[in-house]
Amino acid sequence: MATDILMPALSPTMEEGTLAKWLVKEGDTVTSGQILAEIETDKATMEFEAVDEGTIAKILVPEGTAGVKVNTPIAVLAEDGESAADAVQSAAAPAAAAPAPVAAVAAAPAEAPAAPVSKASADWPEGTPMKTMTVREALREAMAEEMRADENVYLMGEEVAEYQGAYKISQGLLDEFGEKRVIDTPITEYGFTGIAVGAAMGGLRPIVEFMTFNFAMQAVDHIINSAAKTLYMSGGQMGCPIVFRGPNGAAARVGAQHSQDYAAWYAMIPGLKVVMPYSAADAKGLLKTAIRDPNPVVFLENEIMYGRSFEVPDLEDFTIPFGKARIWREGTDVTLVSFGIGMSHTLEAAEKLAAEGIAAEVIDLRTLRPLDYDTVLASVMKTNRCVTVEEGWPVGAIGNHLSAVIMERAFDYLDAPVINVTGKDVPMPYAANLEKLALATSDDVVAAAKSVCYR
Amino acid sequence: MDPAAPPLRLTFGAPHARPGTAPDFSDFPVPEAGAMRRPPVDTPAEEMRDLAFGMIRILDDAGEARGPWAEALALDDAAQLEGLRHMLTLRAYDARMLLAQRQQKTSFYMQHLGEEAISCAFQRALRPGDMNFPTYRQAGLLIASGYPIGTMMCQVYGNDGDPGRGRQLPVLYSSKAHGFFSISGNLGTQYIQAVGWAMGSALSGAEAIAAAWIGDGSTAESDFHAALVFASSYRVPVILNIVNNQWAISTYQEVARGSVGTFAARGHGFGIPALRVDGNDYLAVVAAARWAAERARRNLGPTLIEHVTYRAAGHSTSDDPSAYRPSDEGASWPLGDPVARLRDHLIARGVWSAERHAQAEAEILAGVIEAQKQAEAIGTLHQGRRPSPAEMFDDVYAEMPPHLRRQRQQAGF
Repeated sequence: MATDILMPALSPTMEEGTLAKWLVKEGDTVTSGQILAEIETDKATMEFEAVDEGTIAKILVPEGTAGVKVNTPIAVLAEDGESAADAVQSAAAPAAAAPAPVAAVAAAPAEAPAAPVSKASADWPEGTPMKTMTVREALREAMAEEMRADENVYLMGEEVAEYQGAYKISQGLLDEFGEKRVIDTPITEYGFTGIAVGAAMGGLRPIVEFMTFNFAMQAVDHIINSAAKTLYMSGGQMGCPIVFRGPNGAAARVGAQHSQDYAAWYAMIPGLKVVMPYSAADAKGLLKTAIRDPNPVVFLENEIMYGRSFEVPDLEDFTIPFGKARIWREGTDVTLVSFGIGMSHTLEAAEKLAAEGIAAEVIDLRTLRPLDYDTVLASVMKTNRCVTVEEGWPVGAIGNHLSAVIMERAFDYLDAPVINVTGKDVPMPYAANLEKLALATSDDVVAAAKSVCYR
Repeated sequence: MDPAAPPLRLTFGAPHARPGTAPDFSDFPVPEAGAMRRPPVDTPAEEMRDLAFGMIRILDDAGEARGPWAEALALDDAAQLEGLRHMLTLRAYDARMLLAQRQQKTSFYMQHLGEEAISCAFQRALRPGDMNFPTYRQAGLLIASGYPIGTMMCQVYGNDGDPGRGRQLPVLYSSKAHGFFSISGNLGTQYIQAVGWAMGSALSGAEAIAAAWIGDGSTAESDFHAALVFASSYRVPVILNIVNNQWAISTYQEVARGSVGTFAARGHGFGIPALRVDGNDYLAVVAAARWAAERARRNLGPTLIEHVTYRAAGHSTSDDPSAYRPSDEGASWPLGDPVARLRDHLIARGVWSAERHAQAEAEILAGVIEAQKQAEAIGTLHQGRRPSPAEMFDDVYAEMPPHLRRQRQQAGF
């Protein structure tokens, strides 16, 4: 039985497009997922993949044809063993009896969102020499480099100077920059955050280290009601260039009040930028960008990640732009989206899935505000399945938001509902066994991925 | 268990009079004008504790300027007349905006009645570049620094002439050029930020000082205490003002103060020199502010100033004070009316008269009404030209990200 290959809708609102290029010719055998053609709309060029296996029996619309309506048959696919002539015959008959539902698609809203274009590309030139470095060292280098470059940058927080940092991120900075720029504070998050916000309003560029982001709860009014909104509320007169950084999320055995992941909390706030790196290279490049940014930036680190080593570009100065995800692993069967420490479980899960013949594409969001929707959508349109992974709670999670966006902008591409793998909906227990159960694991990710692949 | 021990109990401050009872300020001592000494600005805090418990007063009941603070101040007649003009302008502006709120030209207003001297006088100690972190009852800082009242009205109306583009509540003005940061709708946050701003100024080698403002009730917020910690620890060039107007909406000032000592005395717990000043005495406020500003500019550190005054009107247009205090309480306030006191002083000096005062009041009111007409020609809360939604997405970030640009375009702009 032959089937028609129809002109695809690359967005829910696309009505017609140009068949720019055929990548197959009549007589070619194609497999599921193979790219057949390039389709152009007024917003983007997208590759178009085969859904079914078979042989291209006939190309109905030659390349270069503009104004091809969505759902118009553009080629005929013959099943194995079927002759091309039979295929064309059998495909044409039902097509005449039941015309493609063009009208239904054309009734979609006229305001089409831009078709996603992946912005995921290398952050440094190919061939750049690399060096091995821990996340801790990367963060320290980022601060030191930016403090050398701009004397308005200073670090303040509890134990950052004399003690060299509660987690030794600021080791050596007091010696190099002196007590004027590496400042120990009294134990009042509310106080020193207000101080730093005020100093930033006055034109300095403070880096505020929270011993953990749990302690920043005290200071959240300054972060949200003042830092994030001042530029807006002063009519653009005065802003707040500041970085709030420190470990976020669960460490180990620190219980309910010291294990929270604030990713979704801060990502909700307009006026803030929110960064949550996974690798050392990203930690360095993104922290440098954060320090240079004229807006308030919440930079969420992770205690467990501090000691992990990664390859980092050996460059005098490199930064990574906000709003640009990184594709860690390409795959065609399912898209796994994560960020921060969630990437550890996700990459581990991708390995396990590969062993079972499932090719997962793994995306690290890196920044949550701005968020790189386009890279996620492009991947989901390719794999048709998505699992999000994060450590935080399931309600109001980053994954919830991504699910909504995918539903709005790629609904027709989904072959299964998006699954959000998150921490359990409980305050973090202290006991090790319960703590382990409360957190997302790579096995949770594997189970979710198999579920959306119906395996 | 000790059978002799009394049962534990808590004590909570309460006002001395409530509606239906007679106003009672009998336990409110009013020190004699001119009696408070004026120590050199570099005096250590511990050697001037008396200034936190007494009160700096210059103008006496006969309108005479008395004592060492008056002598050191030496404000000439022209400057005093200008001060009177500022207070009259603020009072006329308040009266017109209160009416405008009642006519639904704006949703909300907060007036200064009885407190005009504090912000109008304090501004005289500042220089261009200095920055106030005010509360909602220091609009005199703007008027005394020459900010146009027509622009203030546009802010209150949220019309197309509002430099804040209709984003803030009425009276939450902002003008960097006039040293008026903005006003936080959340109590207290501005206090510690003023200290941080001043530390930033010192760290970057600038000459500007900061002034923090807070009300008696908000001193209970942690921002107040944190501000004092930092101001003290780093000897920050900041003036820490507390406006004690007796009432935090319906909460009497004793609740935050704990019925002991004074608000000024809180500075001494941190080794910060503190002045308690008659806030209804224009000359005393200028004198105290200049003393504190000199300390800040000479790197001698912060000064805490408690301005003692009385909120003669409601907290805001949403408040009815007759529900929680005797309606005639303001009339028996022992420190009098700030406008009348400076007026009487200038008349006693022979440079002013009741006739000229009445004439000035009429002229100022006419000017305010003219400005109001022009502001209302642009628009009011429900009528005329309002800020364009095209600008709604500006200033969320320093540079507009694409998603906001798209939202703006989807909104039709």
